[in-house]
Amino acid sequence: MPGVTQVQTTLNGEVINFLCEPRQSLLEVLRDVLGMTGTKEGCNDGNCGACTIILDGRIVDSCLVLGVEAEGRDITTIEGMASPEGLHPLQQSFLENAALQCGICTPGFLLASKSLLDQEPEADEGRIRHWLAGNLCRCTGYDKIVRAVLQVSKAK
Amino acid sequence: MEPFDFISPSSIEEAVKTLASSGDQARILAGGTDMLVQMRAGRRTAPLVVDIKGIPELNVMSYDASKGLTLGAAVPCYRIYQDTTVAAAYPGLIDSAFLIGGIQIQGRASIGGNICNAAPSGDAIPAVIALGGVCNVTGPNGTREILCEDFCTAPGRNALENGEILVSISIPAPQPNAGANYLRFIPRNEMDIAVAGVGSAVQLDASGQNFVSARIALASVAPTPVFAKEAGDSLAGKAVSEEAVQQASELAMAAAKPISDMRGTIRQRTHLIGVLTRRTLNNAIERARGG
Amino acid sequence: MTSNQVLSEVEYDVVGKRPVRPDGVDKVTGRAQYGDDTNLTGTLRAKVLRSPHAHARIKFIDTSKAEALPGVRAVITAKDLPFASLSKEELGGEYTSLKFASDHMMASDKALFKGHPVAAIAAVNAHVAESAMALIEVDYEVLKPVVDVREAMQDGAPLLHEDLRTNDMGETGEKPSNVATHMSYSIGDLDKGFAEADLVLEKEYTTSTVHQGYIEPHNTTAFWNSDGQLNLWTSTQGSFQVRGTVASILRLPVSQVKVTPMEIGGGFGGKITAYLDAICAVLSKKTGAPVKALMTRTEVFEASGPAPASWMRVKIGVKNNGKMTAVETEMAMDAGAYPGSPVMQAIVCAFACYDVENGKVDGYDVVDNKPKTAAYRAPGAPQAAFAVESLIDEICAELNMDPIEFRLLNAAKEGTRRIEGLVARRIGLVECLEVARDHDHYKSKIDGPNGRGVACGYWPNRGFQSSVVMTVNYDGVVSLLMGSVDIGGTRASIAQQTAETLGIGYEDVKPTVVDTDSIGYTFITGGSRTCFATGLAAISAAEDVKSQMISRAAKIWDTNEDDIEYVAGVVQHKSDEELKLTFKDLARQLATTGGSVSGRASVDPSGEGNGYAVHIADVTVDPDTGKTDVTRFTAVQDAGKAIHPSYVEGQMQGGAVQGIGWALNEEYFFDDSGKMMNPTFLDYRMPISLDLPMIDTVIVEVANPGHPYGVRGVGEVAIVPPMAAVGNAVSAATGNRMRSLPITPGKILEADWENGKS
Repeated sequence: MPGVTQVQTTLNGEVINFLCEPRQSLLEVLRDVLGMTGTKEGCNDGNCGACTIILDGRIVDSCLVLGVEAEGRDITTIEGMASPEGLHPLQQSFLENAALQCGICTPGFLLASKSLLDQEPEADEGRIRHWLAGNLCRCTGYDKIVRAVLQVSKAK
Repeated sequence: MEPFDFISPSSIEEAVKTLASSGDQARILAGGTDMLVQMRAGRRTAPLVVDIKGIPELNVMSYDASKGLTLGAAVPCYRIYQDTTVAAAYPGLIDSAFLIGGIQIQGRASIGGNICNAAPSGDAIPAVIALGGVCNVTGPNGTREILCEDFCTAPGRNALENGEILVSISIPAPQPNAGANYLRFIPRNEMDIAVAGVGSAVQLDASGQNFVSARIALASVAPTPVFAKEAGDSLAGKAVSEEAVQQASELAMAAAKPISDMRGTIRQRTHLIGVLTRRTLNNAIERARGG
Repeated sequence: MTSNQVLSEVEYDVVGKRPVRPDGVDKVTGRAQYGDDTNLTGTLRAKVLRSPHAHARIKFIDTSKAEALPGVRAVITAKDLPFASLSKEELGGEYTSLKFASDHMMASDKALFKGHPVAAIAAVNAHVAESAMALIEVDYEVLKPVVDVREAMQDGAPLLHEDLRTNDMGETGEKPSNVATHMSYSIGDLDKGFAEADLVLEKEYTTSTVHQGYIEPHNTTAFWNSDGQLNLWTSTQGSFQVRGTVASILRLPVSQVKVTPMEIGGGFGGKITAYLDAICAVLSKKTGAPVKALMTRTEVFEASGPAPASWMRVKIGVKNNGKMTAVETEMAMDAGAYPGSPVMQAIVCAFACYDVENGKVDGYDVVDNKPKTAAYRAPGAPQAAFAVESLIDEICAELNMDPIEFRLLNAAKEGTRRIEGLVARRIGLVECLEVARDHDHYKSKIDGPNGRGVACGYWPNRGFQSSVVMTVNYDGVVSLLMGSVDIGGTRASIAQQTAETLGIGYEDVKPTVVDTDSIGYTFITGGSRTCFATGLAAISAAEDVKSQMISRAAKIWDTNEDDIEYVAGVVQHKSDEELKLTFKDLARQLATTGGSVSGRASVDPSGEGNGYAVHIADVTVDPDTGKTDVTRFTAVQDAGKAIHPSYVEGQMQGGAVQGIGWALNEEYFFDDSGKMMNPTFLDYRMPISLDLPMIDTVIVEVANPGHPYGVRGVGEVAIVPPMAAVGNAVSAATGNRMRSLPITPGKILEADWENGKS
């Protein structure tokens, strides 16, 4: 059987350790090893963004990162987006604006939007659409998603 | 995926030594946005994956107005366009960095990786060729330089020999009255492989009315990106005019040897090379003139 | 100016409002459990070995090396399905349908499409299962494939099924064929109708195979109880469909299969067929462990159920004033490997927007070596509308007539007889057309490299069976149980209808989607039926609750039930003003006056909701490259009643964007060997956020007489007009008629070159 590596990483603010084979993607580690199923598999080849996480402050497709590459890094998943005080304003806005239908793409969109507004608090519609181009949604046609992000953007 | 071992060398020497002794049993991993997809599809396999992102020289991005840019092979795209100095000095390169995949891909993918992956459609490659980029390679026999236009040898194959790694890409310092632009044609507005792509760089004289020199390179119209030397050379010494641009675009079209596949036909791709050459030349001229 | 409008004439307390959906918080925090999130202890992972050939005879399969790989726990082939051991004699009349269903699940003698399952493996993880796939040896005799619908119809085309004979209007053909069915309908006198016309246009149209494109791949987990009960956890649009299919294929009584529907990441009709469940069930039986499977994206494209490609010929005759005198169409659609394309719905819907006395429609259901098609949102109608609405646009151009005025002149109304006989009840097409005509979008100026297109569309929206149970908790909150899976917000809309009927607050209804053991038979979430039919069931169950609450009050007050009325959530005596109890107060007394109150209803409503939509699309086309961008889009639709307007808008916007993708970029590319060349999201190009403007909506409400609140159903008609709207817009922008989908930049350039523009 192939060997496993021990990896230490910071996940949603907490230092954790896990074991994985080098061939396991970070997406696989999150879902199957750590039981954090909020990050979703849509295509496993970097074309849909359903597996989006924030890695060292940048959004990446976790299907294209190996679990072993998480060593020493800082990861935020959807499970880490809300705070003990309550939902993140983007999460609240998505609910109010009906920016989700089936919801499978929602974790990816939320993290992608958060990373945009963290950097560019006043992002306009064009910038939002450009930033979210790596996240596919098949249910909404993106309209209400963009409006939900715009609502938080203007609020800042 | 088939199982593999994974190592992260911390120096060029360590990486070269491992790669030289492993031969084709080892593959280099940078951003992973091409490599992992290919490994999953069984198109590239290796029992040993060598992660070069921990090597300092491959993460360097240093710019000097006289010496130019040294871009470490593992530097992800976002670092390039986030750096206001580099972005201001090399808009032609930023054009590409903004285009590769989406924001998530740009968080990992590197120009160096795009070049080494040697896809005919690689969006960084024509831009780097047009800017006169040089690939700095280190191997068991020392260091050498390979012109970017000579780096890709066949679809998915590059000029690296056993044990060699691409350490960095050197791009000459931007000259006054020079400008560059990369454009590609895709059916959507992002996330697609280029149906055709053109990178153009022009050097004008001080008056901005005449070409001193130009370099034009093409994507997706041959087994490797094409350095359309004749097309660029045709502009040297000429007055900037629609006719000159048109002629250069026709020479670029002649240099294109596309195939028909599901992404485009020969006729469509050749036509697009003409359109994109004119557009990138005009944009490069405008940038050269300070626009 | 962008906007979403609801043209509502009736105001309710809860219906028509926009509360937050009950499952929303879990979905925005990543807590919602979708099928692949199921994680029973000891779960093995399954992988399916699939035919690399589009058409081949399977000579033999040797699984021994795969079975010997460490980490592999079981390997199965079709021989392990019960069906393989049963003969034609034993199954009699069911033979064909069961053989097709079972073979589709796992091929026995022939592989009929690239990706057709031939074996399956259960292993300790997906990587080992994948390695094991390479160790299974299959001896194929490769046969010539056919992947074009018209080629498949020709004499001499490679035949998929030796037993298949054409059912031609009820008559069975004599020789084997790839044409499974030919059906025709007619009305009036076609020749007379064309003779009366001042202008007759006839054109041919083609569309390519497309996929629903749901982001979540198919998945399932199977596990048996020690008493022989099979449990399945899966993302599906129809838990009862899965139960029925799996029970048939495994020869079990339905009561022995329990399906728990997990949250579902999109379906659009594509998640009704159970692709993995029987396979995982057999693997689970063999290993004694839970077995889970998740399709890869490539498997989803190659081996689930796309929407058919089509060839259509349309002929329309009109008077000079625009009045249609005769309509005719011939449509062929490819069903993929087994019969059952939606061509019959296509021909029925093709002219359903119009009141024409004379018409004839013919449909051909054709098999070919592609994955068996499945429903995709108004199956068949989008293709048909592309053809018909494009031809009408050409007619309007010839007559120099405004396209909306043309449609108003000919619009179907109450009393219009559809081509196969159905007479329309009160419908809202005219209202939608008027709204579109008067809309700011339609009135705005357009010129330059920009073009505008208009189209309308229809979908029947049927009812089918739904069951609901609701229990009044002692704190006054109503637990609402339904079998309808929630894809687009129906937990909210059914809860709203319940609350409205009971006269209580939305926050006092707690909806749950339950498994197949916990509720009566409920048909799929699809067909634009859930808000309508499950809503009807909920309303009926709520009425049941109301009458029981009245009985209970009668008991408490020791009066006659006839003296008590239920008004706006209050149970009160008709004459004695002292005797009144709010719903909550009465609920508190239930425990001591006889126990729980539960209402229930099972419905199977007949009659169609009749959905109509009108779309306006503006595009810009770059003449040098053919690149098309949609710059403005307005969708007008008659919802009957928008229970939750945000979710109705969501359906309209989502359908419009799927249609935009279908119009401009989406298609299956096949090579000569019948393999799909683009089975990834890289080259199967669905619209991204950067490709689109906001999608403006106007909800028209012409109440459906068949539903207490007027609900018609909204999910499907939203995808019927957009391809023609976009195609007509491209035509206006470029001067070229585009009659083949998708309208790619390459095709636009080719059209220019053909017409002499350089």
